[in-house]
Amino acid sequence: MPNAEEVKYTKTHEWVHVEGEIAVIGVSEHAQSEMGDIVFVELPKLGQNLEKEKPCAVIESVKSAFDVYSPLSGEVTEVNENLNSDPALINSSPLENGWIFKVKISNPDELNELMNLEKYREFVKQNA
Amino acid sequence: MIENDSKLSIEKSASGRRALVFNARNKNGIKIPQHLLRDTEPLLPELSELEVIRHYTLLSHKNFSLDANFYPLGSCTMKYNPRINEIVSSLKNFEDLHPLSDDACAQGTLELLYHLEKALCEICAMDATTLTPAAGAHGEFTGAAIVKAYFENKGEKQRVQIVIPDSAHGTNPATSSMLGFETVEIKSNEKGQIDIETLKKALSERTAMLMLTIPNTLGIFEADIEKIVSIAHNSGVVVYMDGANMNALIGILKPGDMGIDLMHLNMHKTFSTPHGGGGPGAGAICVKKYLEPFLPVPRVIKEKGMFRTKSDCPLSIGKIKSFFGNTAVLIKSYAYILSHSNDSLSEISKNAIINANYLLKKLGKLYPPHNREYCMHECVLSCPEELLKNQVRTLDVAKRLLDFGLHAPTVYFPLIVKEALMIEPTETESKETLDAFIQAMQKIYEEGKYHPETLKKAPINLATKRMDETFAARNPDLRWESKKTCSSKV
Repeated sequence: MPNAEEVKYTKTHEWVHVEGEIAVIGVSEHAQSEMGDIVFVELPKLGQNLEKEKPCAVIESVKSAFDVYSPLSGEVTEVNENLNSDPALINSSPLENGWIFKVKISNPDELNELMNLEKYREFVKQNA
Repeated sequence: MIENDSKLSIEKSASGRRALVFNARNKNGIKIPQHLLRDTEPLLPELSELEVIRHYTLLSHKNFSLDANFYPLGSCTMKYNPRINEIVSSLKNFEDLHPLSDDACAQGTLELLYHLEKALCEICAMDATTLTPAAGAHGEFTGAAIVKAYFENKGEKQRVQIVIPDSAHGTNPATSSMLGFETVEIKSNEKGQIDIETLKKALSERTAMLMLTIPNTLGIFEADIEKIVSIAHNSGVVVYMDGANMNALIGILKPGDMGIDLMHLNMHKTFSTPHGGGGPGAGAICVKKYLEPFLPVPRVIKEKGMFRTKSDCPLSIGKIKSFFGNTAVLIKSYAYILSHSNDSLSEISKNAIINANYLLKKLGKLYPPHNREYCMHECVLSCPEELLKNQVRTLDVAKRLLDFGLHAPTVYFPLIVKEALMIEPTETESKETLDAFIQAMQKIYEEGKYHPETLKKAPINLATKRMDETFAARNPDLRWESKKTCSSKV
């Protein structure tokens, strides 16, 4: 399980954890608490080619529906099927059981544009 | 307790009970072929007339409605729907018209639609109108389709983006996606308005349309609108106005005069037809002359003193709805417009703005407003910090209002405001009603500060208590299934 310090963040509140050539992607603790109780997740498709910063999944909460943007370009290698039956996993365990999808990293340079936890916290504070 | 009786009519059913019994006689001895007959009796409620009346009367008592309650649902314009609208739309000559009638037999209705189009053009300073879209979002869809067709015809297919401020209605980005456009969202500045520099950066030769909600969802008018429109036009971009908030502008300002190229109107909001139960609505689209060839068909035209429908329009985006859209709604809207003089039409928006600002000033002391100075026809407030500290949230405030016989405002929208309460009182409410609402909100503030548990449990006085909305959304149970089996052969 990645911890909050290990993962990298986007300005659209996704986190990325790199495991070799694969990146695991989910949404941050801050994002889940802002969205409120999550009731439905529309996952990306297996094998789908994602473009960095383009919407690729939808999270629906009691408040509204939110797009998830892919932090990296690459092919979807796995999606978290558990979210179909238990979308609340994103609320209870955003960094572990609530991961959303995995991509095969096609351009490792894109990782350099992501924020570490400290920078992300600063970003959230500024945008509060 | 009968008030709490939540049984369905079919669960109250008793075998053989009837209101009226008809003696069906098959005089001509017509035989329906065996294979066309159903195998089982249809499962229908069997009730006496009195039981039916009581069932629906009790249901109507449980309902929160404009006819019984103050209904300040932000962005929805829940104004009083004058009864004269109903009388006019149910006139036999309108009501009995078959949608497939020849134009010659539908003169009255066509004439009304023709004049309603003209009236909307005048109100908005636009050149042509279609009345066919079924509601606001359908109007948006039609508008974006018109713009798509316009650029395709012009040979500018690279224009694939729609720029939308984050203070726009949520349906705007949905419209953009539905038509295959890319949505580019731009952030509002601290005043809740469009930032000119951000807008300039977002527009390019790939932009088809700038989609503005005026006034925006914060209830704020775009003070720089002329500058915004001219920047967009200089980049060859079409400017669309979401007119759902037109109740703030009628008779005061005409969108066409601001340079807007096309817009939709929610007839059921601004022009007072009943809504809130899922429709029907109507969402007229008004355009400038150069977009008229792309309007959907059929159009209504006047020729040799007669009114007729016209579908032979080569550049039109085609049909978007059966017949003429929701004609009964359009008739009611026309009755509403005609029952106002020019002067009283502009009183509508003036009073809507005064009412909203009265609430802003009175409630803004306790519930922090997004903009302290002024608002248009609605104001956006937040749940106070003192209450949030006690774990009381906007949802709890909204639920408690029901106990006071008041419909809750729109909550958690717009998304750019934390713990938002979006309040639109409309022009038809009296000062006394607004004061009662203010008093209730003040009492709820006190409760939230000193007795937060009351708010967490609310509503307390209604037949239905606090619902578990999360559970309902995660485990939707949408279908009633009979415990009875109906096996008897017909």
